[in-house]
Amino acid sequence: MVMLRWLVWREVVLAWRRKSDVLSMLAFFAIIASLFPLGMDPDTRLLRTIASGVLWVSALLASLLGLGRLFAGDYADGTLEQMLITPQPLLLIVAGKIFAQWLVTGIPLMLISPLLALQFGLPSDGVRMIAVSLLVGIPVLNLVGAVGASLTLGIRGGGAIVALIVLPLCVPVLVFGAGGNVPLVGAVLALTMVFAPWAAAAGLKISVE
Amino acid sequence: MLETTHLKCVRGNRTIFRDVSFAVRPGDCFRLTGPNGSGKTSLLRMLCGLLAPASGSIRWHGASIESLGEEYFSAITYLGHRPGIKDELTALENLRVWCGLSGIELSHHTAASALERIGLGERMNLPARFLSEGERRRAAIARVLVRQSPLWLLDEVLTSLDRTAVEAFQSLIEDHLEGGGMAIVATHQDLQLSAGRSQRIELAA
Repeated sequence: MVMLRWLVWREVVLAWRRKSDVLSMLAFFAIIASLFPLGMDPDTRLLRTIASGVLWVSALLASLLGLGRLFAGDYADGTLEQMLITPQPLLLIVAGKIFAQWLVTGIPLMLISPLLALQFGLPSDGVRMIAVSLLVGIPVLNLVGAVGASLTLGIRGGGAIVALIVLPLCVPVLVFGAGGNVPLVGAVLALTMVFAPWAAAAGLKISVE
Repeated sequence: MLETTHLKCVRGNRTIFRDVSFAVRPGDCFRLTGPNGSGKTSLLRMLCGLLAPASGSIRWHGASIESLGEEYFSAITYLGHRPGIKDELTALENLRVWCGLSGIELSHHTAASALERIGLGERMNLPARFLSEGERRRAAIARVLVRQSPLWLLDEVLTSLDRTAVEAFQSLIEDHLEGGGMAIVATHQDLQLSAGRSQRIELAA
């Protein structure tokens, strides 16, 4: 418990003192989601139909942008090595880091998504629906993203490769989430919560060696 | 005690070293020497459990370190080539977070007195990006003071330290050895230790 508290404290403080990481991710999210209504025929019916899909794809791409801060910095300055040899279960450390990632990137994404949904002329019911599906779905993006980030540590051009790994794996949650099928998104979340930290921990061990 | 038998290290297609066997007993200080690329860092990373040996075994009190896992990690302190200091955190926060991640709650007071002992007293509240290379090194060295682990694995820790810091660090190692601790130090510099038994492992190029 001591470890998790310090880990989360550390991640939050680091994010706060280097706000540009999180802010640029949020700006990216807002810009992508706004380009669609601007670039399309201003037909309310069409916008309403695509709103959920556009917001989901934007959130997915933005969360990809936030992945760079998850392990790469700690890997470069040697902190990750120290984390791997602490007398604490690695699984718990990785789970803690993913939780903190959700706290500093996932929650802000989720909070601004209703604002962005307003651009699509949705009724309040539709906005709520999108917000709820992102609430359940964004943790999945963080979890799957962590697996990709751990596998591509230290690889040249890792940013592009991480996209190639993570995006296909996120297709199921994207389909369920954009379709507004919250229970199925929840099921995917439960599944990834079990497997992703474990896979990311294994990936880290390989990458650091 | 730490015992290695016939360790072999392969990186890529190249065999870096083979047949490295030694035993470290309480009070021993091993100085690890060899030209660049001879595998000093790789050997230390193997002893930490970060790198699996291509063949051979590493045993801690008779049990292999893979089987011990976290129990072994609580017995070692490793200071790597890259010190693992976060630029955005102060030296004090870095030390407390490092202990926290090991599951130890370190009080503000204990952390501050360790940093004072290592000569960072006035600058412990500055973000680490304002510290010089030697000061960052010192901030990392403070870890061995706050976590009393029996085995120290030190990779080029004397680099960029000034003479007083090197002397202070040597006396830290002496105290550690006198208390029955063990140390393995990879360095190009000479270590003048007046306590413990000094030994040497020479890795060939």
